[in-house]
Amino acid sequence: MSAELAQGLSYWLRRLGGAVTGGIARLGFAARFLVAVLWHSPQAFRRIHLTLREIYFAGVLSLVIILMSGMFVGMVLSLQGYETLKRYGSDQQLGILVALALVRELGPVIAGLLFASRAGSAITAEIGLMKTTEQLAAMEMMAVDPLARVVAPRFWGGIISMPLLAALFSAFGIFGGYLVGVRLIGIDDGAFWGQMKAGVDVYPDVTNGIIKSVVFGIAVSLIAVFEGYDSKPTAEGVSTATTRTVVISSLAILALDFVMTAFMFRGASV
Amino acid sequence: MNRSAMDLWVGIFVAMGIAAILFLALKVGNLLTLDSTPGYVLEARFDNIGGLKLRAPVKAAGVVVGRVESVRLDPTTYEAVATLRIDREYQFTKDTIASINTSGVLGEVYIGLDAGGDTAMLKNGDRIAKTQSAMVLEKLIGQFLFDKAAEASGKAGATGAENAKDAGVTKK
Repeated sequence: MSAELAQGLSYWLRRLGGAVTGGIARLGFAARFLVAVLWHSPQAFRRIHLTLREIYFAGVLSLVIILMSGMFVGMVLSLQGYETLKRYGSDQQLGILVALALVRELGPVIAGLLFASRAGSAITAEIGLMKTTEQLAAMEMMAVDPLARVVAPRFWGGIISMPLLAALFSAFGIFGGYLVGVRLIGIDDGAFWGQMKAGVDVYPDVTNGIIKSVVFGIAVSLIAVFEGYDSKPTAEGVSTATTRTVVISSLAILALDFVMTAFMFRGASV
Repeated sequence: MNRSAMDLWVGIFVAMGIAAILFLALKVGNLLTLDSTPGYVLEARFDNIGGLKLRAPVKAAGVVVGRVESVRLDPTTYEAVATLRIDREYQFTKDTIASINTSGVLGEVYIGLDAGGDTAMLKNGDRIAKTQSAMVLEKLIGQFLFDKAAEASGKAGATGAENAKDAGVTKK
């Protein structure tokens, strides 16, 4: 009985240990991968059209979903915010509410989540499929480093696109909030923009939002290219890697957002 | 898609993104309103600053003329020392009164400046001599109750004396 118990226990402990060491090894591999990508980045910038192409795929093609989502999020914020603020008779403050929520949190976070599912998954699937069809191996045969030719441009394309998309999300969100708050509900135009201007500071609010979006861009791009490059070269492996990109990126965005918010706005606005 | 069309789209995208960042900085934030001019610094000491926060506005006649830059406690006098950064284009007289006000019931706390009639102006680093502290609701209620009680006992005493006088009158 006790021997059975010890055996069962050792089995689970071994599984736990295996999971931990496997995770750490993967983390180490990801860190080395990041260093290798950074090492090959100058080549990606020397052939700038490769990076521009990736900005087109990651950024320009994400514009529609980002702008539409931003607009609707701003409109909903405006509606909900108005309903709540009205109870305290401070519906003039709607501009601040919409702008601060978008600039500080919702802009970077929702844009990051959309970017991870729209662009990150595509990057992973593309690199994974290149690996499965042995295009990466073929490149190496031709003395073309796939890290410089394939991975680094996608990495930098994502990093450059993400802050721009987040800023566009916030800007269109505020525009959507303006449409609902001022045009539909009928809050005074001057109060909406004036209160917003008085309540939102470039530092810390806007700059911290931009810093957040840059960090999310780095995290999502790294996870996307790493998962693609590290995927099992099978159809199933590519699909698993794509799923992992979306899941891990989303969790990373939310966790990083909490940590950064805790440091950035501590004491600044209390 | 050929390369020049792709470059065009990337150019449009980047220009839009930069325009959005500028929109957030200029139209939503207040980059060009007060922060562009460093202004000068005044110091004001208060017994109690209430809910005053960093970067709270400093207003004169309702117009924002500066911001609260720092708040600290003077360890010897136990007074709160607020440093105010005032826009350079506004000058205030030596006998200006600084008071801590609240706009509305739930509104923000700000410092109001009321200029006096002195001809000399406050300079960089000067201290505003006359200040009025924040009103603390509990203290106000306490004061009100105390006044009420004092009034009531005073009235009671007065009526008692009147009664005595009346009694005296009737006795006569």
